[in-house]
Amino acid sequence: MPDIDPRTAPVPTIFELSRPGRRAFRLPSLDVPNRSLDDLFGGHLAEEPPALPEVSEVDVVRHYTKLSTRSYGVDTGFYPLGSCTMKYNPKVNEEASRLAGLAGVHPLQNEDDIQGLLELLYLLERSLCEISGMARVTLQPAAGAHGEFTAMLMIRKALAERGRSPEEKPRRIVLIPDSAHGTNPASAAIAGFEMVEVKSDARGLVDLGDLRKKASAETAAFMLTNPNTLGLFEENVLEISRIIHEAGGFMYLDGANMNAFLGVARPAEMGFDVVHFNLHKTFSTPHGGGGPGAGPVGVAASLVPYLPVPMVEKEGDRYRLDWDRPKSIGKVHAFYGNVGILVRAYAYIRTLGADGLRRVAEIATLNANYLRVKLRGRYHLPHDRICQHEAVFSARNQAARGVKARDIAKRLLDYGFYAPTVYFPLVVEEAMMIEPVETESKEEIDRFCEAMIAIADEAEKNPDVVRNAPHTTPVRRLDDTRAVREPDVRWTRR
Amino acid sequence: MTYIPHTPDDIQAMLAAVGVSRVEDLFSTIPEGLRFKRRLDLPPAESEIEVLRDLSALADRNRAAGSTPSFLGGGVYDHAIPSVVPALAGRSEFVTSYTPYQAEISQGVLQTIYEFQTMICELTGMEAANASLYDGGSATAEGAMMALRMAADDRHGIVVLAGVNPLYRRVLATYVEGLPVEIVHPRMESGTADLADLGKRVSQKTACVLVQYPNWLGNLEPLREIISIARERGALVVVSVDPVAMGLLKRPGGLGADIVVGEGQGLGIPMSGGGPALGFLAARMKDIRQMPGRIVGATVDTEGRRGYVLTFQTREQHIRRARATSNICTNQALVALTATIHMAALGKGGLRETAVQCAQKARYAADRLSAISGFSLAFSGVSFFKEFAVRTPVRPAVLNRALAKAGIIGGLDAGTLDKKMKGLWLIAVTEKRTKEEIDRMAEVVSAVVSKRKLTPARAFPVGGPGIEN
Repeated sequence: MPDIDPRTAPVPTIFELSRPGRRAFRLPSLDVPNRSLDDLFGGHLAEEPPALPEVSEVDVVRHYTKLSTRSYGVDTGFYPLGSCTMKYNPKVNEEASRLAGLAGVHPLQNEDDIQGLLELLYLLERSLCEISGMARVTLQPAAGAHGEFTAMLMIRKALAERGRSPEEKPRRIVLIPDSAHGTNPASAAIAGFEMVEVKSDARGLVDLGDLRKKASAETAAFMLTNPNTLGLFEENVLEISRIIHEAGGFMYLDGANMNAFLGVARPAEMGFDVVHFNLHKTFSTPHGGGGPGAGPVGVAASLVPYLPVPMVEKEGDRYRLDWDRPKSIGKVHAFYGNVGILVRAYAYIRTLGADGLRRVAEIATLNANYLRVKLRGRYHLPHDRICQHEAVFSARNQAARGVKARDIAKRLLDYGFYAPTVYFPLVVEEAMMIEPVETESKEEIDRFCEAMIAIADEAEKNPDVVRNAPHTTPVRRLDDTRAVREPDVRWTRR
Repeated sequence: MTYIPHTPDDIQAMLAAVGVSRVEDLFSTIPEGLRFKRRLDLPPAESEIEVLRDLSALADRNRAAGSTPSFLGGGVYDHAIPSVVPALAGRSEFVTSYTPYQAEISQGVLQTIYEFQTMICELTGMEAANASLYDGGSATAEGAMMALRMAADDRHGIVVLAGVNPLYRRVLATYVEGLPVEIVHPRMESGTADLADLGKRVSQKTACVLVQYPNWLGNLEPLREIISIARERGALVVVSVDPVAMGLLKRPGGLGADIVVGEGQGLGIPMSGGGPALGFLAARMKDIRQMPGRIVGATVDTEGRRGYVLTFQTREQHIRRARATSNICTNQALVALTATIHMAALGKGGLRETAVQCAQKARYAADRLSAISGFSLAFSGVSFFKEFAVRTPVRPAVLNRALAKAGIIGGLDAGTLDKKMKGLWLIAVTEKRTKEEIDRMAEVVSAVVSKRKLTPARAFPVGGPGIEN
């Protein structure tokens, strides 16, 4: 037998399987007159079609099945990726999204022909309004960062409408805590704002003194994640809102961590004027290897006029799309957003109901705290007190022996787990951010903690096994530097 | 049903380990005044059977393609989807995985993205593509913003041809509202760019010219001439393409386009109310550091084996924060994977055959409709791909209503998207339509005009941005 291990042998690209003339799909023969393409298109005609692979149906099936086995999803195992809320994605939601009457709908169909879709969007909006306490919600943004950007555009427009006296400076500053997700400053910048960072205090919360110093007549908004990226509830959120509102700015909630307080608290009561949801986190829609997600944005009454068009309105028992919103920022998606994802989220909310959603927050928080106490003896915990949905450890003790957070992450792969988020938030050195969502059982968390403790042992006794991990994956550590120095971002025949 | 596995004993044991007596105590960090005192006012929890029953009832209130032949386009099309595509794209290791941060156990997802990037390069004639963007609208806006970054500092004009989908124009206008950018709209002449006017509008201040090919009315813009006008004045060219058309038509890369973007929905993606869709963006290798979104690259592991990683990450928000090339984090990865499988299933020959059948069937439909008394092609003498504009003796809404009664989804009332195109009826014909369906559509239309006394009918209250530019 040749010396090849099928578990680790590289999978050729689909292009390398190509053989001229092979086909995996045929159309019926043309049933209309076959006109001369030269007559129809003249100089627009290409000489050759694009060089897509020529493969059989079996080739396609085996190739992508093989690649699927070299991927790791929530269905494969525990996914403690902090801030990403990798909860189980219920199958019934997938089935709902595939219903022919939803998947086969064209967005520009007459309103009378898509009443079911419009009703679903309306009901989802009402549900998200109730969950957040906000006045209205746009479902259009396709991802969390897209929602952030949409919100920043609304704030910008609202500030422009508010106007200013000649002596006032424009409000071009967006305040962002140093623990924030990278999307926050990027979204603010793309919307034309400047970012000023607000420090965290010794307890891992927004430093009120620093915030007071930086809030000014130039403040457009404060973008806050709550619970923050350390998994800690911003206890002073009402005072923070007061400071920002007194300065004349808007309070923005990055809702990435909403799983922590579903049904327990609401952004509106915390003083937020605008909030984005991550339906692919809190509301269980699958991440798909990086997307699609959905990032609806909820707003208080003051920002309602600026919502993107169209909004779904109910009139009697009929639903219609309202395009006539003169103060709207416009559109951020050609149509209504990632409708198929919205369908899944709606199915999830219907399945859980009010009590089920609250239970999500309770058990997510219980799991995180259980994990916190189980690991705190072996890994440094910068903020050792009750956390919400996730716990952030530091590998600084291990790093002192030459084993970094990255190494621990890679070693976890050998134990059959996905890795936590590492090196984020930036305010914790050697950060390891662990989010054990509510759908993971006590036994699964126990197993994960045992693996983490075994790795802590290895870091002391046999650090090389951790430093050189992973050992069991189809490839070992990959050369990121070479990927940039000798870029290879598309396959070419060599 | 909550998908929570905990037994009461588990919860007690875990609470004891944490050192609290009740779950409620875990929320002690939330100030008392902020804790929600009532219960969320939501419909009661439902079993799986009930949820499916409810959602099926909503779905049944939509008229959907699949059961109904459709001639509706405007950016989303009823193309055929091979059975292998959903079967493979639905594999749960793909569906339930996250962005492949841990490359060693995510090689499958990474390799599919690498294959996607390669296929997009082949389709567009470009050197490098990203891992996807949200949709055609946002991809068009991101393409223009990338051109602004590439252009000299004193160039901040975007020349947007009238052939760009009005919905994309609206998204672009929204995206750049906060930036020091001037949008210029040259005129259209007979369904494509007025080259003389374009020549006057492109200046030393122009960063890029934005063109859609085929344009939103289905017509083929004189791409070579447009690119040449832009180049002469030092402006970049961003082309938004229909990837299906690339099976037949010249690719913008070969004609000198700087950035090619588009909507990939036609590549195996259900219409699904317009989303999840698939934005894509391709450019030259030298400009890769200005690209938005994620990029996958090939490299080797410590043992010299080929492998894939997320690369050029220093452009991205999690590294560069406020100075990132875009704020994109979550993209449309699973949709890109779906398109990749679709393109593999079609292959070189299948994509071309699909494009040819679209073109031939659209031509046949155009001939049938323009043979009806009072109907004519709005733009004669211009080549179109799979969509064409018709002048009609009665309002498009009336025709669509008659077709709906006959179980057919009619064309797009172009005026609902662009007031300047009021009265034009935009008919899209994909490879899925049969001669019999096209004939039936033409017969229904013919019957409407022959029976009809021409009193103005109640227009359907179809909403639309109806933008002026």
